[in-house]
Amino acid sequence: MPDSWIDFLPTLLKGAEITIVVAFFSAILALVVSFVAGLGRLSKLWIIRTLTAVYVEIFRGTSLLVQLFWLYFALPFIGIELPKMLAAILAIGLNFGAYGSEIVRSAVLAVPKGQWEATVALNMKPWQRLWNVILPQASLRMLPPFGNQLVELIKSTSLVYFITMADLTYQAMVLRNNYISWTTEILVLLLLMYFVIATLVSLAVRLLERKLTAGRL
Amino acid sequence: MLKAIGIDEQAELSKVPGQEGNRIDTGTKPIVKYTGVTKSFGDLQVLKGIDLEMQPGEKVAVIGPSGSGKTTLGRMLMTLEEPTEGTIELDGELLWHTHEKGELVRAGEKHLHRMRSNVGMIFQHFNLFPHMNVLRNVTEAPRKVLGLSKEEAEERAVSMLGKVGLADKLKMYPSNLSGGQKQRVAIARALVMRPKVMVFDEVTSALDPELVGEVLEVIREIAEEGEMAMMLITHEMDFAKEIADRVIFGAEGRIVEQGTPEEIFDNPKSDRLQSFLQRFRSNGI
Ligand SMILES: Nc1ncnc2c1ncn2[C@@H]1O[C@H](COP(=O)(O)OP(=O)(O)O)[C@@H](O)[C@H]1O
Ligand SMILES: [Mg+2]
Repeated sequence: MPDSWIDFLPTLLKGAEITIVVAFFSAILALVVSFVAGLGRLSKLWIIRTLTAVYVEIFRGTSLLVQLFWLYFALPFIGIELPKMLAAILAIGLNFGAYGSEIVRSAVLAVPKGQWEATVALNMKPWQRLWNVILPQASLRMLPPFGNQLVELIKSTSLVYFITMADLTYQAMVLRNNYISWTTEILVLLLLMYFVIATLVSLAVRLLERKLTAGRL
Repeated sequence: MLKAIGIDEQAELSKVPGQEGNRIDTGTKPIVKYTGVTKSFGDLQVLKGIDLEMQPGEKVAVIGPSGSGKTTLGRMLMTLEEPTEGTIELDGELLWHTHEKGELVRAGEKHLHRMRSNVGMIFQHFNLFPHMNVLRNVTEAPRKVLGLSKEEAEERAVSMLGKVGLADKLKMYPSNLSGGQKQRVAIARALVMRPKVMVFDEVTSALDPELVGEVLEVIREIAEEGEMAMMLITHEMDFAKEIADRVIFGAEGRIVEQGTPEEIFDNPKSDRLQSFLQRFRSNGI
C-alpha cells in the first residue's frame, strides 16, 4: 500500500513521458500535413484539390479512435504491421492535420487580395509570393486556432490507451486497478497532469504570438 | 535630328481627332499597344474593343466615370487581368500570348514573368506588406526578383526613399505611417524595379484630402524625369492637365475621345465628355 499520493508520481511521470513523445511527434506531423493539405486545397490543379479534399473529408468524417484502430488492428490484415508508437503518431497526426488544413486554407484566403496583387506587380515568382508575403501574414492568423488544436491534440493522446500504449492515462488505470481505494487521488493527479501540460503549451503559443506581432500589425 | 522631327509630326497628328492610328508609322516604337482588347466578367463586358498606344516615356492620363473600365485596363497591363479578346504588346512583344506553330496561345507564367519586368503598378490602397518595415518593403523585390545583394538593394532603396521624402522612416512599419507616406513607400517600392511603364490607379483617391498634395508632388517629380511611360488613371483633373502628354476619356468600356490636355479639357468634342467634365466642375472637385 502506498503511504501517500506522492508514491504514484514516478509511475505517472513515466506515462507522461510517452504522452509527451506521442503528442510532440504527432503535432509536428499534423503541422506539416496541415500546410501541405491546406495549400493543396488552394492549388490551381484540380487533381491536387480533389485529392486533398478527399483526405480532409475522410479524416474529419470519422473518429480518431476508429482511425487509430484501423492503423493498428486492421492494417496488419493487409500485411502492414506498424509499431504502436508509429500507429499512434500517424493516426493523431493525420487526424489533426485534416482539421489543421482548414485553418491554413482559411488563413491564406483571409490575406487581402491586394497583397497577392502587389507580389505580382513586383514580379515575384509564385513560390516567392507565398513564402515571403502571404504565409508570413497568414501564419499570424493561424497561431490562435493552432494553439487550440494543439491542446486538443494533447488531450486526445489519451486514446492511445486503447491500443495499450503505456501513456499517462494507461498508467493511471493500472494504478487504479491495483489501488482501488485511491481512485480519487489517482484521477485528480491524472487530471492535474494533463491540465499542467496543456496550460504550459497554450502559454507558450500565446508568448510566441505576442513576440511575432510585436510592433507590426 | 530625324527623331526629333518624328516626334513633332506625332504631336501634330495627335491633334487631329480620329487620326491617332497614323501615329504608329512615325518612327518611334510604342512601348504599349492594345489591339482590339475586350474584357468580360461573366456576362458583363466591361471593355468593348480598346485600341491604344503609348510611346516610351509618354504620360497618358485616363479619365472617365467610375465603372467605365479604367482599372481593368491598367490591371491587364500588369497581368492581373487577362484580356478576353485582342492582344497587348509591351515593348514590341506580346504580353499575354505567345506564338506556337503559327497560332496565338495564352502565355505561361514563365513568359509573363519575363514580360512583367517592364511594368509596375501603384494601387489605390497601397498594398504595402504589413509584416515588413519600410526598408524591407522596398528591398524585398530587388533582392528576391532582381537578385541584387542586400547592400545593392538597400543602397537603391534608401536613395529612392530619400527621393520620396521618407529617408527617416526606414525602420517604421506601414501601420505607423499616414496614408500619404504609405503611398510614397509604394511608389518607391515600384520604382526601384525600374520598369519602363508604370500604371497609377487612382493613387490618391483613398487619401485624406490634406495628404493628396504630397503624393502628387512625388508623381510630378517622377514625370519630370521623363524616361518612364506612365498610365495615370485619375480623377485629379488639374493634375492630369498639368502632367499628361495625352488624355484619354473612356466611358462604358470604350475610348470616347482622346487628345492633348488642352483639347480634352478646354475643347471637348463629344457630348459624353462635355457632360462628364461639367459634372466634375459642378461637384467642385
Ligand atoms: N473581378 C471582377 N469581377 C466582376 N466584375 C468586375 C471585376 N472587376 C471589375 N468588375 C466590373 O467591371 C466594371 C469596370 O470596373 P473598373 O475597371 O474597376 O472600372 P473603373 O476603374 O473605371 O471604375 C465595373 O462594373 C466592375 O463592377
Ligand atoms: Mg477604378
